[in-house]
Amino acid sequence: MPVLTKDNHEEQDRHGGLGQAQRPVPATVNNSMIGMSSPTRGSGKKPELERNEMREITFVDALTEAHHEEMERDERVIVMGEDVELAYVFGVTKGLAEKFGRDRVRDTPISELGIVGAGVGAAMAGYRPIVEIMFMDFIMLAMDPLINQAAKLRYMLGGQLSVPLVVRTPGGGGVQYGPTHSQCLEAWFMQIPGIKVAAPSDPADAKGLMCAAIRDDNPVLMVEHKMLYKMKGAVPEGEHVTPFGQAAVKREGGDITLIGVGYQVHNCLAAADELAEEGISAEVVDPRTLAPLDTETLAESVRKTNRCIIVEEGHLRSGVGSEISAAVQEEAFDYLDAPIGRVAALDAPIPFEPRLEDFVLPNTANVVDAAKKALGVSV
Amino acid sequence: MATRAKKRRSAKPKRLTKKDLNAMYRNMLRIRRFEEKTDEFFMAGRVKGAVHVSIGQEACSVGVCTALEDEDAILTTHRGHGHSIAKGTRMPEMMAELLGKSTGLCKARGGSMHIADISKGHYGAHSIVGANMPMATGMGLAYQLEGSGRVAVVFFGDGASNQGSFHESMNLCAIWKLPVIFFCENNHYAVSYHVERSTAVKDISVRAQGYDSPGVTVDGMDVVAVYEATAEAVRRAREGGGPSLIEAKTYRFFGHSRGDPQFGPYRTKEEVDEWRKRDPLTIAADMLKLTEAQKKAHLKAVDKELNDAIDFAEGSPEATLESALEDVYA
Ligand SMILES: Cc1ncc(C[n+]2csc(CCOP(=O)(O)OP(=O)(O)O)c2C)c(N)n1
Ligand SMILES: [Mg+2]
Repeated sequence: MPVLTKDNHEEQDRHGGLGQAQRPVPATVNNSMIGMSSPTRGSGKKPELERNEMREITFVDALTEAHHEEMERDERVIVMGEDVELAYVFGVTKGLAEKFGRDRVRDTPISELGIVGAGVGAAMAGYRPIVEIMFMDFIMLAMDPLINQAAKLRYMLGGQLSVPLVVRTPGGGGVQYGPTHSQCLEAWFMQIPGIKVAAPSDPADAKGLMCAAIRDDNPVLMVEHKMLYKMKGAVPEGEHVTPFGQAAVKREGGDITLIGVGYQVHNCLAAADELAEEGISAEVVDPRTLAPLDTETLAESVRKTNRCIIVEEGHLRSGVGSEISAAVQEEAFDYLDAPIGRVAALDAPIPFEPRLEDFVLPNTANVVDAAKKALGVSV
Repeated sequence: MATRAKKRRSAKPKRLTKKDLNAMYRNMLRIRRFEEKTDEFFMAGRVKGAVHVSIGQEACSVGVCTALEDEDAILTTHRGHGHSIAKGTRMPEMMAELLGKSTGLCKARGGSMHIADISKGHYGAHSIVGANMPMATGMGLAYQLEGSGRVAVVFFGDGASNQGSFHESMNLCAIWKLPVIFFCENNHYAVSYHVERSTAVKDISVRAQGYDSPGVTVDGMDVVAVYEATAEAVRRAREGGGPSLIEAKTYRFFGHSRGDPQFGPYRTKEEVDEWRKRDPLTIAADMLKLTEAQKKAHLKAVDKELNDAIDFAEGSPEATLESALEDVYA
């Protein structure tokens, strides 16, 4: 398994590994693209903290910072996972073991069922565990503790306890890891009452949502797209918590709404650039959390633009887009001038070979084409 | 827990007095009568869903829980009424849960297979076979971190010992020396599947060797034997010695669940009768040399408690439909 450490970053990069711009997205996110100038809208809810003191850090560093701050704030926060002490794979947990000790930050054997289950138990006993699953695909081994236990315990025990557990995991393709290391499985979890799902698309949201997840009294699944880890973006100094259930408008526009999930927000932004060259103004909205889903902000945008494309990296069939599409049409049916379009991974496993992988994964051109189709512009 | 509970003196297993043993007999009888009533209610259609009674296995529940303090935790299984009662779970609210009332421990959302009473250190019946062991591991981790000296006991069956979760959990508890006691009630069957067919080892306790932890097999019909083995495991756990595996050889006198007959296609009447000769209540009564009058007095007191619990449950309001949508999120 490829391991990302300081020493072999370069090699990773040479092989077109993690975070390399194989995909049509710049490694640095332009501030104007991530909502610095366009304020976050959230169904009339309070705007986020003023973002005056900003600095550019990577998505990984934003997540690491969230861990450091929350572990400092609350000694009940503990971290478990495979190779987390050295943060040996993607680097999110770096420095935690040294700072907080190996009681609070511990390596585990390769026992996904065991460690997620142990996270549930520690949460039942009053701790706030964060369990790292090395690749989202491996979460399938821990479906029982997540779906049958964590999501249901509070309910089925009549509200006698809660399960403040965070499971974090890198999902998504673009790095040639093949069918069992590239999936986006968010839709599986969105379906289950009792668990929340977050999928940040930039460093600021990564930090804000991670802090919110740790403070949440419910089980939360944090899906971190591998391609985002090395991406840089502006993050406010100091405490930064992004409430769940508030979508963000990442770029304003009037002709069509592009709803992007996680990393696909960047395909939407790139598509919006291309569309702008043809005089089409696209609005890009990021739900940020899939459960709860801020249907209101999504529908509000569609009521303005009258057209909508949903872009995700999970598979098309019964995907995140299926759910968002249904929810948006229920709220904005009378405003729609075209069927809602969905762009997603094709319905095949994610192949390893770069050309094939690119073919199966959604790309900017797919988004542009879908948008033009909805607008009745010839492709 | 944010507050670090005071570390208790690591208690040497206390010697059972006659008074203790009398209380243990009483507790076993409470379980026996509760289960008989539950079975009766189930057959009459008053308790709905799936019910797995533990008649025959009372010595396991009571032997273990007698060795625990109130703050210690148990996690149990689909066959968990006995463990619940032995740990002090409130009987009226438990009966209300079985009858699906709003006053039930789980507000009529869990039922027989998900009984829990957190206020008594009962962290739930978990009816996915084997699911409770990773959770017990995490609770043990929490207790170790808070330095409270509490222990977590996880009950499971012979069938569950073949789940991967058992092995992952034993290993985690062993490498981290967690205060967790794995208590396997080997009642010889997983539904209809005999342990000799399901399990590669004769004594499940030997599996502890694979995790460099103590494993013992005890007579699960002898409440004192179960108590002593558990007390030793608890002592070890409180002193930081790590997990233990206790296998209690036992037998369920009733069918697996919901009206499954006591004997039939997978076991003979002779086999059931043979085990019934070793009824844990009879063994305890003989140890105590209980007279008929004393037994009657126990029964009278237990039935009064049980009838009060039933009255409470029957007099409780139904759960509202709206309540089915509550407590999904904290
Ligand atoms: C994961 C899972 N598989 C199967 C079942 C169905 N099931 C319920 S009880 C049971 C037998 C369990 O046997 P054992 O662990 O020996 O416990 P016992 O019933 O004897 O108390 C089975 C197969 C289940 N509840 N969960
Ligand atoms: Mg069994």
